[in-house]
Amino acid sequence: MRYMLLIYNDEAAMANVPRDKTEQTLAAYGAYTEALKKSGAYLAGERLRPTQAATSIRMADGKTNVLDGPYADTKEQLAGFYMIEATDIDTAMEWGARCPAASTGTVEVRPIWEMTDYLS
Amino acid sequence: MDGRSALARAAAEAAARQSYGKLVAYLAARTRDVAGAEDALADAFAAALERWPKSGVPENPEAWLLAVARRRDVDAVRRRLTGEAARDHLQLIAEEAEARVTNEDLPDERLRLMFACAHPAIEASVRAPLILQTVLGFDAAAIASAFLVSPATMGQRLVRAKNRIREAGIPFRVPERAELGERLGAVLEAIYATFAEGWSDPAGTETRRRNLASEGIWLGRLVASLIPDEPETLGLLALMLFAEARRAARRNPEGDFVPLAEQDTALWDDTLIDEAEALLRRAAAMKIIGRYQLEAAVQSAHTARRRSGGTDWAAIRQLYEALMAIAGSPVVAINRSVAIAEAEGAAQGLAALDAIGDDKRLAEYQPYWAARAELSARLGRTADAAEAYDRAIGLERDPALRRFLQTERGKLVRN
Repeated sequence: MRYMLLIYNDEAAMANVPRDKTEQTLAAYGAYTEALKKSGAYLAGERLRPTQAATSIRMADGKTNVLDGPYADTKEQLAGFYMIEATDIDTAMEWGARCPAASTGTVEVRPIWEMTDYLS
Repeated sequence: MDGRSALARAAAEAAARQSYGKLVAYLAARTRDVAGAEDALADAFAAALERWPKSGVPENPEAWLLAVARRRDVDAVRRRLTGEAARDHLQLIAEEAEARVTNEDLPDERLRLMFACAHPAIEASVRAPLILQTVLGFDAAAIASAFLVSPATMGQRLVRAKNRIREAGIPFRVPERAELGERLGAVLEAIYATFAEGWSDPAGTETRRRNLASEGIWLGRLVASLIPDEPETLGLLALMLFAEARRAARRNPEGDFVPLAEQDTALWDDTLIDEAEALLRRAAAMKIIGRYQLEAAVQSAHTARRRSGGTDWAAIRQLYEALMAIAGSPVVAINRSVAIAEAEGAAQGLAALDAIGDDKRLAEYQPYWAARAELSARLGRTADAAEAYDRAIGLERDPALRRFLQTERGKLVRN
């Protein structure tokens, strides 16, 4: 099965982390990504720019509403993702727990809704 | 229904349920689609419950159930079942199972199914109901009445949980040793919840509840036989057997509550107690202590009265101290206070209760008020005792226990 690991962090808190800590975190992500690739679980993964760069769009009554900011104001913000291949939720949860974000914020594990699922 | 046909019915039900659970587990373990597996077997199960009490339980119940499931007119089944998944299951039954079941037994996947139902990704309160439904074939209404939830709500929760197993990709496997502890804990907890729901109807007037107690023991036996090297599986089974052994003594012929200290030990079931003692000894030999072993040891200390005539409250107190350390809860704290009262005196017991009185959960917990009432009464603090009895009476749902508390409160006023 394919799973998304959605990474949520407190942007404000992360911005205030001292530089050497940030480098440490980046190195941890690098190692984590490498481990995912070595195991063959890695499918994709990206870091997102902070929500100040976000634009939200909604169509209503034929008009486009453009909102300067993220979809929802939350305590922790979506900061990136990994897409992985895992046999089951246990394996996916294990990868989720290893992700550096699990100790700084939250990792949400979500199964991908596969095309083949529509048929059953 | 006369006694014999009632027995035949019970035997048929037990056999059908056991086979049903095995077949659901077998099918679902391959597809992760619990609802689909249940659908495929529903008719065959109903037919078994109708026919087996008359015809006797077939030699190979699983093969019988599969054969009946197959023999159904495929079109009729197709009309009722929707979607590819259901058809896949029928095909699976027809092809895969036919080859193996005729000559040999199905592999027993019920333990895997239980671990899937008690997975951390499944909400804790629905784990026991889910096991009852999938492994034992209980319908949502029966489960709902046992767990005091509306049938519609229970039905929804079960459907949601089954969808979650399939969609989130919850595996059907027995966890590796490193993670077994926590996972096994959830399975044992669900089994104990099943038993406890049945235990709360000691007179056995509600058949459904009494069945839950025996189903809990049945599941406990299954897990203990499949994971015999985990002492807690033996500890839980011992705990349930100790309790079950005293069932007949918990009520007098008038149906009134009889407190443990006043129970007639001649009414206790020696065979069950001996079996429980043996299980507890086997568990203790593995030298890994746990919550269920400790609770079973408390029960063992209580049942020792059948031989010694007395109760070793100091030992029971120590066991509760140990329980507080590894699995503290308001319930354990209350029992510990009662043990202190018996070992050292009512004042010390009441002081121990005072020490936990801040816990908000206790305000609506009957045993806390019943214990306060009894100890206050012993100390001659009549007003406190009366107030505590009133709280306890107002919170109790079992009429026999309520009558007992009211009688005790009545004695108070007379003195």
